[in-house]
Amino acid sequence: MAQPDNFGFGEEAALLKESARKFFADNFPTDQLHVLVATDPDPYRPVAAPWREDLWRQMVELGWTALAVPESAGGVAMPLSAVAGLVEEAGHAAFPCPLLGTLNTIYVLSGCGPEGEAALSAIAQGHAATLAITNRQGSWDVSRCDVRLAQNSLDGTAWYVQDAGKVSHLLVSAYDGERLCLYWVDVTAPGVTVTPDAIIDLTRDQAHVTFQNVVVDGQRVTEVCTDAVPVLKAAMPAIWTLLAADMVGAGEWLLQTTTEYARTRQQFDRPLGFFQAIKHPLVNVMIEVDKSKSLVYNAACAFDSEPDKATGYAHMAKSAASDMASFGSSRAVQFHGGIGFTWECYVHLYFKRQKHSQLFFGDGPWHRRRLALSLIDREAHAG
Amino acid sequence: MDSHSDMGRTSGKDTQEQTEFRQYCRDWLAQNKPGEPPVRLPLTALEIMTEAQMAYLKSWQKAAYEAGLVGCDYPESVGGGGRTGCQRIANEEMRAARTPFFPNLVGLGMAAATIYYHGRNELKERLLPPLFSGEHIWCQGFSEPGAGSDLASVQTFADQRGDKWIINGHKVWTSLAHFADWMILLLRTDKSHKYEGLSYFVVPIRSNLGKGVTVRPLIKMTGETGFNEVIFEDLEVDDGCRLDELGKGWQVAMTTLTHERDAGELVTPAAGGMRNESAFNATAIALPGLARNAERDDGTAADDPLLRDRIVQQFIREQAIAQNMRRSRIPALQDHPMRLPLQNKLLMSEVAQDTANLAMDIEGAGASLYVGDSNAPAKGQWPKSYMNTFGFTIAAGTSEVQRNILGERVLGLAKSK
Repeated sequence: MAQPDNFGFGEEAALLKESARKFFADNFPTDQLHVLVATDPDPYRPVAAPWREDLWRQMVELGWTALAVPESAGGVAMPLSAVAGLVEEAGHAAFPCPLLGTLNTIYVLSGCGPEGEAALSAIAQGHAATLAITNRQGSWDVSRCDVRLAQNSLDGTAWYVQDAGKVSHLLVSAYDGERLCLYWVDVTAPGVTVTPDAIIDLTRDQAHVTFQNVVVDGQRVTEVCTDAVPVLKAAMPAIWTLLAADMVGAGEWLLQTTTEYARTRQQFDRPLGFFQAIKHPLVNVMIEVDKSKSLVYNAACAFDSEPDKATGYAHMAKSAASDMASFGSSRAVQFHGGIGFTWECYVHLYFKRQKHSQLFFGDGPWHRRRLALSLIDREAHAG
Repeated sequence: MDSHSDMGRTSGKDTQEQTEFRQYCRDWLAQNKPGEPPVRLPLTALEIMTEAQMAYLKSWQKAAYEAGLVGCDYPESVGGGGRTGCQRIANEEMRAARTPFFPNLVGLGMAAATIYYHGRNELKERLLPPLFSGEHIWCQGFSEPGAGSDLASVQTFADQRGDKWIINGHKVWTSLAHFADWMILLLRTDKSHKYEGLSYFVVPIRSNLGKGVTVRPLIKMTGETGFNEVIFEDLEVDDGCRLDELGKGWQVAMTTLTHERDAGELVTPAAGGMRNESAFNATAIALPGLARNAERDDGTAADDPLLRDRIVQQFIREQAIAQNMRRSRIPALQDHPMRLPLQNKLLMSEVAQDTANLAMDIEGAGASLYVGDSNAPAKGQWPKSYMNTFGFTIAAGTSEVQRNILGERVLGLAKSK
């Protein structure tokens, strides 16, 4: 199947992206974000992770979390390229909410067949969820996890669980001694303990989740997949692409904000942007944002219409976006000068979000190592 | 991941006219695509060296023009095809069919649009048809020994005598001048104003050799010829050769440069995709094979993690350029119409340069062997290619000038002088 020339990004997708942009601009400008999440600078403060749950409910009512859910489970089955547009805008607003976690969960559940339908329906009806599939080491190899199933109950800890404090359900991977399985777990089920992590990024919350004799009772804890490795692998291109889309949105915010500063801030009787020591690297930031954005929509479109290329193109998107996130955020702080180093300048919110996103689900070198196997070694095997 | 080369191609969402025209191009090319060239061809038209190469490529351009694959979107009154949005289609189909490139690169890519937008009707009707057909080869007289990145400081001067102009000056880096019939020429008609003192002419070159025009080859750092210097000594031209008004030369030059940097409306029908021994593309697709054949103490260069990472980075950058082009046609996915088009030349030239440099690193000590050495890996093409990429990062506005333009026109930063 060939990719459509327009990335499958049609009128509906453009409307969705535009209304998301407007929603965040109207309801949650950056100064409100700062007031909300940056109240206490003390690095040893208790974990709070404040958020605007009222706005999140509005997003759910607008149907944004059901966009990616298959029609059979009550969703609208929008293509990933349209969903990427929404996520790009959420990243631009650095909006604290479980959108990514919920979407990631949807893409995994969609590969689980009939066993995943009930969970997908719950999401379509407004429940938020997140993945609990990472081990303590922080491995992005989906076959590794620290949770075990024995005698029909889950034991162990899942680490680096995103937005765990904002969701009602977790999709947990666990070894049953032989195979990797997936469980749909109500966070209030007996034996589930969500312990918030004290993280750098103020726009997200993260936790490690401990499972202690959590019984798979078919009610609050259900098995949805008994062969999870291929299912997780098939979902990964969507997960990488969406995180890259988030970074593209945040990267554009950093570019625009730093550009505005370079146009207005005067030194040596000139605006900063007059000096090529600022102008040229700022152009380089724009170039990296644009490359990442183009690669994101290409990867999304491949996931929708050219599945055999989805993994490779998603590696490209996440690799480029990760490097862009690191480069663009560092330049934003540097070019704001003294003020950029302070808590009062909003740039640190995005700097921290970008570093977090860069490192999650594989950084640039991680993705390129995997891409090298197909790009460099493939031909060798073929002779 | 097997189709990096075809991802820039698009065939969705054509108009009815484009769909029919695409089919027409395919059919015509299937019948009329030239066979193996009788002579070795260089990588681009800018490196055409011999009369035999030029004659072969001219006959191909003439055939393609007569079939309607050149000048498609220009009106019929100036020798064009009178179509809309079809040059891109023709270009895609020629690339896919791997035809040779057209020799009249400067004519098609820069002079045609400039004459079309700024020339008098009589001039357009006279000059454009032989330009499209390749009968007249064009060259560009912009840079001077004292005017490189600061192009507006050109000193070549035209002195008015009645309805004639007497031209004196010195142009450099003039590709194709040794084959050229005509030149687009930026010069000065007023010494008291830097920008408003510039005017723009089209001047006959070949017919004036020895009569006020001297063309001498310049040797590139690779040892190859390819471009020239052109000296004007009391060359007399008619006022009818002037484009636009007196003193408007800078504005006219901007039209030329927009098209040279591949960001203009009338998309350049530049290259085909025919491959041959000497047509050596600096693209990442060549690197894995090169690396596997480059022996190291503990395996090959393809086992070196640092080289592997750099190779993959080049693949990703090339893919990003192709996807930028695709995204530039979707208004909902961009926020400034020139943001992607103005990056294109900068990205293409720098990515090609890094790829060629990486190829030399992969070759290791073998990269010291040049094209004249029979032991040279890849026949010594990579060092030559690497050196030649500096032509692209310097010509048509250096990468530094490109970053100024992007910073000023797209990001709105203060103008650097």
